[in-house]
Amino acid sequence: MLTQDDALRIVGTVPDPEVPVISVVELGIVRDVTVAPDGGVAVTITPTYSGCPAMREIERDITAALTAAGAPRVELRTVLAPAWTTDWIGPEAREKLRRYGIAPPGKAEPAGLITLMRARTPVPCPWCGSRDTELRSEFGSTACKAIHVCRSCRQPFDEFKAF
Amino acid sequence: MSAAHGDEELGIAAGEASAGTRPVAGARGPDLGDPLVECLLRLGDDRLILGHRLSEWCGHGPILEEDIALSNLALDLIGQAASLLRLAGEVEGRGRDEDALAYFRDGVQFRNCLLVEQPNGDFGVTMVRQFLFDAHSVLVWEALAAGGHPGLAAVAGKALKEDKYHLRHSSEWVVRLGDGTAESHARVQRALDDLWRFTGELFRRDAVDEAVAAHGIALDAAAIRPRWDAIVDDVLARATLVRPADAGMRHGGRTGRHTEHLGHLLATMQIVARSHPGAAW
Ligand SMILES: [Zn+2]
Repeated sequence: MLTQDDALRIVGTVPDPEVPVISVVELGIVRDVTVAPDGGVAVTITPTYSGCPAMREIERDITAALTAAGAPRVELRTVLAPAWTTDWIGPEAREKLRRYGIAPPGKAEPAGLITLMRARTPVPCPWCGSRDTELRSEFGSTACKAIHVCRSCRQPFDEFKAF
Repeated sequence: MSAAHGDEELGIAAGEASAGTRPVAGARGPDLGDPLVECLLRLGDDRLILGHRLSEWCGHGPILEEDIALSNLALDLIGQAASLLRLAGEVEGRGRDEDALAYFRDGVQFRNCLLVEQPNGDFGVTMVRQFLFDAHSVLVWEALAAGGHPGLAAVAGKALKEDKYHLRHSSEWVVRLGDGTAESHARVQRALDDLWRFTGELFRRDAVDEAVAAHGIALDAAAIRPRWDAIVDDVLARATLVRPADAGMRHGGRTGRHTEHLGHLLATMQIVARSHPGAAW
């Protein structure tokens, strides 16, 4: 039978389908993993964005990984509160993102504040480290990313948006 | 201006003219059903219909980045709508899930405001519509996130973060286009003049709003209005645009009386689900 630690470790091997360099646990969307007396595993996850199209795939991947490890049944629950924030992504995962070519997220804005027309701090280029970069679009290839261009090395890059 | 001239309800004729809607004889003052369900449908339908409108831009954006951005906004809004309609179906307790509510209701049963069903027009029209909606939406979510209905507060807390990004995006485009070339300025001013008459509906309060206050859902239009005015006035000033007068305001969407545009939108949105009930893909 899987122990609590086994179950958590196995869920931690499931990569995020859109940013496969980090796991769903490192992404911060796994909120709870509980093993029942009969060995069944209940996993609670929270979506990154309301319309995240990868949630079903993530549920399937978690179920498949736990089933392969011998869990007799796997139950997935979704919670919306507290709302996911990029502040839940730890320093190790941030470094993995940077090495993968995605600028890690800055500090999420405090709730409730509506800052229009804010001056944006340039995001350092994950390739060459230059701060001479420019925001191209706040909405990128996936909901969680923005598109930037580096003026120093001329490379475009994704930023994991602070959210 | 007088209230009589400043506020007009759409007649049922508009609903009858639209494809895919079934006219309801004497539908003035229809039974609105459970107020909490009505409230959730209003919130959900606003986002479903606007999300569908934005998805019509997919592959047609003026630049690639903007094409991607519009699809991102659509995805957020449709995701929010799914959560809200799921909740509405649960409260209703008649076994309807979010798909049943999205695909198997007719036009007169939709509760979205008229603003969101208006056609995309050019990019300027789409951004002005988005801006007017976003500025309202963030304030609604802020109120609901602090409200006494846990299910709705959870959806609101999440959606608020998303819509702040939306508002920033649409505000910046309104400024860029308004304070841009003579051509872009003229186009967004025209869009603003055309769409303004649909903004009054956002702040109307009726029996549904009164009733849901008992569930801890306090959408105080009077409190939201001045804050919306401040956001709108600030952005319009930066955009060198002139705020239109509050004349000839239209409403009716909250009770199912829509402009002719909704029926056409629903025909497209619902055709696959209705032609192949239960299909999965
Ligand atoms: Zn660089």
